[in-house]
Amino acid sequence: MTDQTLAPLLRCVDTTVTIAGMPVTRQLNLTIEAGQCWCILGKNGAGKTTLLHTLAGLRAAETGRIECLNIDLHTYRRRQLAQRLGVLLQDQESPFPVSVLETVLQGRHPHLHAWQWETAADVAIARQALSMVGLESLDQRNIQTLSGGERQRAAIAALLAQDTQLLLLDEPTSHLDLHHRIQILDGLVQHCRDSGKALVLVLHDINLAARFADRALLLLGDGVTMHGEVDDVLQTEILERLYGHPLVAVETRVGRAWLPA
Amino acid sequence: MDVWEAMRTPDSTAARILWELRLPRTAAAFVTGALLGIAGALMQVLLRNPLADPYVLGVSGGASFGALLALLAGAGTVALQGSAFAGALISTLLVFSLAHGRGSWDTTRLLLTGVVLAAGWGAMISLLLALSPAQQMQGMLFWLMGDLSYAQLPVAGTAGLLVVAVIAIFLSPSLNVMAGGELYAAARGVAVNKVRTLIYLLGALATALAVTQAGNIGFVGLVAPHLLRLAGARDHRVLIPAVILLGGTLLLCADALSRTLIAPRQLPVGVLTALIGVPMFLFLLYRSRRLDD
Repeated sequence: MTDQTLAPLLRCVDTTVTIAGMPVTRQLNLTIEAGQCWCILGKNGAGKTTLLHTLAGLRAAETGRIECLNIDLHTYRRRQLAQRLGVLLQDQESPFPVSVLETVLQGRHPHLHAWQWETAADVAIARQALSMVGLESLDQRNIQTLSGGERQRAAIAALLAQDTQLLLLDEPTSHLDLHHRIQILDGLVQHCRDSGKALVLVLHDINLAARFADRALLLLGDGVTMHGEVDDVLQTEILERLYGHPLVAVETRVGRAWLPA
Repeated sequence: MDVWEAMRTPDSTAARILWELRLPRTAAAFVTGALLGIAGALMQVLLRNPLADPYVLGVSGGASFGALLALLAGAGTVALQGSAFAGALISTLLVFSLAHGRGSWDTTRLLLTGVVLAAGWGAMISLLLALSPAQQMQGMLFWLMGDLSYAQLPVAGTAGLLVVAVIAIFLSPSLNVMAGGELYAAARGVAVNKVRTLIYLLGALATALAVTQAGNIGFVGLVAPHLLRLAGARDHRVLIPAVILLGGTLLLCADALSRTLIAPRQLPVGVLTALIGVPMFLFLLYRSRRLDD
């Protein structure tokens, strides 16, 4: 076995993903290494969520394989995989009353043994995650009474508390206001760079993608994909083709931005 | 005073009432309530709905039908239990697959499926009773509306409760995560297929044991977990042990009331739990609709 510290966090080898018979990727070869921040962009229905779930081992790829630290995803036990790879799902809701802190502590689940209680260390990790998303004062609130944006931040805190090397997030900013979009993504990117983790973000906003990601994977439809460094991939013509809409690029003080024409 | 007297004079009538009627009935009431409570808590996780209850979802009805069928066929105790278990399991699987449909969970669909299934089992039970010899008609109420008057010392029930409780307590951290949905649980490292199968089996087993012991008693599985959640026991590591104690205690109290309210006549305890449970269920339904809006 190769050195685990150098092994790629995620590697797709000839991975074909389909949804209801429609290809999302065709023989995708992709390597995600520690410290990288990837964004996945594509039109509605291009299969971004499906691809993210496949990368997380929550559904099987049609062909090819996906490895985490050089081991096929499907040979892991669920618990072992959840210690290495965490996912933020879209619009998570709880049917039962549960406090914000309890929700975040559920991120520690893969690190606990059967019928073990969270230790003071787990609670400290959860509280730190809560302060990263600015929810420390709401820790005892029932999650069902929070706003959509607050619930999303609590879910992000739970993912941070899971403390995995690879974090896959499905539209993490869909319910967030302008300030929190920047603040949360900034915090996530900083946290991952500092601790050698990797991020994969499914995003709708190309300007956020250009600002925070260093690598991009574009789903152009019908299994056609394009990936590479953000500066190479996020080009006006390519993005126009991606969304099927004319764009105007503007240079600003905080970088390049695109406006729909 | 009377109890103390009875315990000291083992041959008296009072002693016989105590040991041969009261004690088995008390034990049966507690164990039945505990089984129903745990079955309710498990089904609520499985269906991600605080309104799930073995009686409301028709699972108890399935178990009643299975038990009655075995009884009329002249089967022994083991076959009776097995048949009740099969009935409960079929019911659970039916509710689960039909209510799921193509999309995600939907309270209306779930409850509708359960209610229709319960009505269906009720009709089947009535049919069996109508076809059965007259002397067996006496126990009719027992299978349609639970009753503890004929209860015997709950040997199988206690053993079953212990097995169900130990496994459920062992599963409880996973139950916390399963309440968030299967995809969510898988992402948090739960072996979802294994846990789901176990919940199915444990829920059906607990219901079947409760039904063969005391007939079709409703709403304990709904009320006990709900009261505990209101009291702050949201974590299944607390909720599961607590629901055993509270479910048992609730049914014990309900049975004591059903014996004494219109004494010397007795009410079937199922009537009493329904009288308490139905308004509570309606209140919960009303509140869940408000949350959806």
